[in-house]
Amino acid sequence: MSTAPLLDIKDLHAGVEGKAILKGFNLTVQAGEVHAIMGPNGSGKSTLAQVLAGRDGYEVTGGQVLFNGVDLLEMSPEERAREGLFLAFQYPVEIPGVNSTYFLKAALNEIRKHRGESELDAMEFLSLVKEKMKILELREDLLKRSVNEGFSGGEKKRNEIFQMAVLEPRLAVLDETDSGLDIDALKAVSKGVNRLKAPDRSQIVITHYQRLLNYIVPDQVHVLLDGRLVRTGGKELALELEEKGYDWITQQEAVTA
Amino acid sequence: MSTLTSDTTTIEAPGTTAAALDGTDAIAMAFQGLELTGQPAWLQALRRHGLERFQELGFPTLHHEDWRFTNLEPVTRLPFRPAAEAGRAPLDLKAFPFAALPSARLVFVDGHHAPVLSNAGGELEGATVMPLAEALDHPRLGALAAQHVGRLAGQDDNPFGALNNAFFTDGLFVHVPAGISVPQPVHLLHITTTPGAAVHPRLLVVAEANSRLTLLETHVSTTGETFLNNSASEVFVGENATVEHCKFQDDSMAACHFGAIHSRLDRASHYRFHSISAGAALSRNQIRTLLDGEGVACILNGLYLTRDRQLADHHMVVNHAKPRCESHEYFNGILADQSRGVFHGRILVQQAAQKTDAKQTNKNLLLSDDATANTKPQLEIYADDVKCTHGATIGQLNDESIFYLRARGISQDTARRMLIHAFAGEIIERVECDAIREELDQLVWDRLEEHEAVSVRQNARA
Repeated sequence: MSTAPLLDIKDLHAGVEGKAILKGFNLTVQAGEVHAIMGPNGSGKSTLAQVLAGRDGYEVTGGQVLFNGVDLLEMSPEERAREGLFLAFQYPVEIPGVNSTYFLKAALNEIRKHRGESELDAMEFLSLVKEKMKILELREDLLKRSVNEGFSGGEKKRNEIFQMAVLEPRLAVLDETDSGLDIDALKAVSKGVNRLKAPDRSQIVITHYQRLLNYIVPDQVHVLLDGRLVRTGGKELALELEEKGYDWITQQEAVTA
Repeated sequence: MSTLTSDTTTIEAPGTTAAALDGTDAIAMAFQGLELTGQPAWLQALRRHGLERFQELGFPTLHHEDWRFTNLEPVTRLPFRPAAEAGRAPLDLKAFPFAALPSARLVFVDGHHAPVLSNAGGELEGATVMPLAEALDHPRLGALAAQHVGRLAGQDDNPFGALNNAFFTDGLFVHVPAGISVPQPVHLLHITTTPGAAVHPRLLVVAEANSRLTLLETHVSTTGETFLNNSASEVFVGENATVEHCKFQDDSMAACHFGAIHSRLDRASHYRFHSISAGAALSRNQIRTLLDGEGVACILNGLYLTRDRQLADHHMVVNHAKPRCESHEYFNGILADQSRGVFHGRILVQQAAQKTDAKQTNKNLLLSDDATANTKPQLEIYADDVKCTHGATIGQLNDESIFYLRARGISQDTARRMLIHAFAGEIIERVECDAIREELDQLVWDRLEEHEAVSVRQNARA
């Protein structure tokens, strides 16, 4: 029982508008592990993230996803979040008129209620938020603004990780969080992610490039190609990919096929 | 009681023999019944001219370009019975919005001044706040009031402004001399209590150079029956003066509300107007703003909340007559049930108005498949060095935004509510006066929460 994985994806098939994208995807993530999923454009990386978070419009046509032993695919997006799943969006949405603090407090209290914990009042929430903002080196005035509105690309990504730091999910899925980040933002984001590492928390880092993995060190690296994982290895696999490019794997696949 | 219906609105007419009359005849008869003797000659002339102008223009029909979405047919059958005096039922001020707001307040009941409910009337920190009827008789201010009343309202092609000129009984007069800042908001509270009445409240504001004023206009009613509230306001903003003007309209759901909202803005002045339209079966705010000096900054900001078969119409002309002025117009509508929102905004940039910076947006959120929004943003530009943009949207809530909120653990209902409130909040947050903004925010929040389309679980929570 103690070895039951936090996330267990078996033979997952999914797509959009009748187009198959994930074609038999398998992945097991144990508590405390960091997994990197790398792959070229169109390999299904973002579809995986969206299917896990429960976005409408993505159809699951086969397979199973167990989160902490429970069928994830049966849950609404908000239930998944309350159960401890967090998606750091590749393109965080701007929501004019919804205050960042108000939004995040509402989210945290929903999750706390679900866990049977007491809701935080304004003062408690504020002190928590201030502590987390320091880690992400976020300007405090961003919290007074509407959610993501007028944020720079880097600020949006930092804000995702900041939300993750506040919500403390059991499983965080980072969907190309490194894209469009300069080196300072990349370091700040990585620092935030690494701070959250704990024996009972896991992370799936989805990325196109190896660069992020200099800062967030994965336990396992997987290569996603045409909807399936075709390689799994240690962090050295990422370096090898960086050096040889995705063509190297594509060609090998063609040879074995 | 008879029910008058048009394709857009249902207006209940209280039992009356006058219903058989055509509105124009009813108006002419009502005018004959007015006691004009004793009024100054110029005022009698203004009234007569108002009536003639109204008769000349008549009730606009759907064929009139400026009225093509707002069917006035039910209005033409109203009795147009002037309220000769204020309703006598005792009123509890606490029941009305903004009653607790620290302000200089003048209350009018059925168009007549109610001194018992008012807390102002006279000098106020160097300014004057008094009933208009009193101001017109005032030895020192009478000439000033006479010089401004009817200068803007009723002089254009809006028949209802002309009608107000003919019939207005009283209203709020504010004079802010040069350099004076009025420290607290001045509040005109108009309460209609008499079913079937036609009331014509008036607002006249003269804010001289370098003065500052915050103005609040609230229209409410204690009767749930049909009546006509035909208000007119004229706001003169002097050089380098700053005026914030907020109008909150929450008349009975059976009422017809017209507002002729005029302003003339002098050089380097700042004018910020907010129209929050929540009540009335049919409402039409006709906003005419003249940017009449260089370097004016003007914001026209509006929110309409409609449900049932309500119709809320905002019709606006922003007239840029001088160079280097800025005007920004933001109007959001939240439309539920079978209601309709109408927006018509025209930015007119005259040839002399080089370096104009004008921006206009109208956004409509439809909460039901049966709600309708008609929007017509328009630019009419005769100058060649200007920056003008306009845009309009009609739609439902953004799915991306809802998913983002849900992915953080917020339920779908709560996410929808957050976004609906945010849509209103975009407008409300432009109100600069903290006390007015906060109460307005609460009023709008409560109004939205009352509606099942916003708060699907309201009954479960209660």
